[in-house]
Amino acid sequence: MGKKQKKLTPQQQQYQQLEQKHEIPRPVVKNCLKAFFVGGLICLIGQAISYFYIAYFDFTEATAGNPTTATMVFISMLLTGFGVYDRIGQFGGAGSAVPVTGFGNAVISAAIEHRTEGFVLGVGGNMFKLAGSVILFGTFSAFVVALIKTVLIMWGVI
Amino acid sequence: MVAMFFWAFVIGGLICVIGQIMFDVFKLTPGHTLSTLVVVGAILDGFGLYEPLIAFAGAGATIPITSFGNALVHGAMQEAEKHGIVGVLTGMFEVTSSGISAAIIFGFIGALLFKPKG
Repeated sequence: MGKKQKKLTPQQQQYQQLEQKHEIPRPVVKNCLKAFFVGGLICLIGQAISYFYIAYFDFTEATAGNPTTATMVFISMLLTGFGVYDRIGQFGGAGSAVPVTGFGNAVISAAIEHRTEGFVLGVGGNMFKLAGSVILFGTFSAFVVALIKTVLIMWGVI
Repeated sequence: MVAMFFWAFVIGGLICVIGQIMFDVFKLTPGHTLSTLVVVGAILDGFGLYEPLIAFAGAGATIPITSFGNALVHGAMQEAEKHGIVGVLTGMFEVTSSGISAAIIFGFIGALLFKPKG
C-alpha cells in the first residue's frame, strides 16, 4: 500500500481518502458465521459419506477419504450444473469455496462455461483456468516439502 | 461416532472461517486464498501435524482443500521411502488421484450434460 500511495498525485490521494470513508465495511463476523456453518455442514455430509463407504464397501478409516472426495466432486457437479452451487457460494462465501466441492465447482463451472467455444479449445483449454493455481502451488510446495524431508531422512537427521 | 460428526463439523467449519478471514480481512481473491491453504496443508504435513488432525476430525480435515496439499506430500513420501529421491516425483499424485481424476471426469460429463446459463 505504502509504495503505491507515494506515486499518486495529491488529488488522487484525496480521492482515495474519500473513497475509504464511503466504503461499506464488510460484515466480517456475519460472513465468518455463515462460512462456519456452510463449511461445517459440507464436512458433516463428507463424514456421513465416508462412514457409508466404511460400512458397505471394503474401505478403512484411512482409505475412505478417496471415494469420499470423488463422491463430493460428483455431487458438486450436479449442484453446479443445476445452478444451486452458485447460490450456496453467495451465502456461504469461503464455506463453500474451501471444501473440495469448491475445487470441483471451479473446474466444472469453467468447463460448462466454455462449452460454446468447442470441446477441445473451450472445455479442454479452460477447465483448469481457476483450479490450476491450486494444483500448481499444491504440487510445487509438496515437491519442496517432500524433497527436504527425504534428504533429511537420507542424512539421518530425522 | 457422534463425536466424530461433531468434530468434523467444528474443524471443517473453522478451516472455512480461516478462509473467510483471508477473503474479508486480508482482501485476498479466492484463488490466492485456496492456493495459500494448499501450501499450508503441505507444510503442516511436512511437520507431521496434519495426520493427527485427520485422526481427530475425519472429514473435517480431509474435505477442506488443505488436505490436498497434505495428500500430495503423503504420496510423495510413501514412494520416496521405497525408491529414494526419485519417488518424490513419481509418487506425488498417488494419493490425490481420486480428487483430480474425479474433477476432470465429472467436469467433462458436466460440460456434456449442462448448457451455460445467462
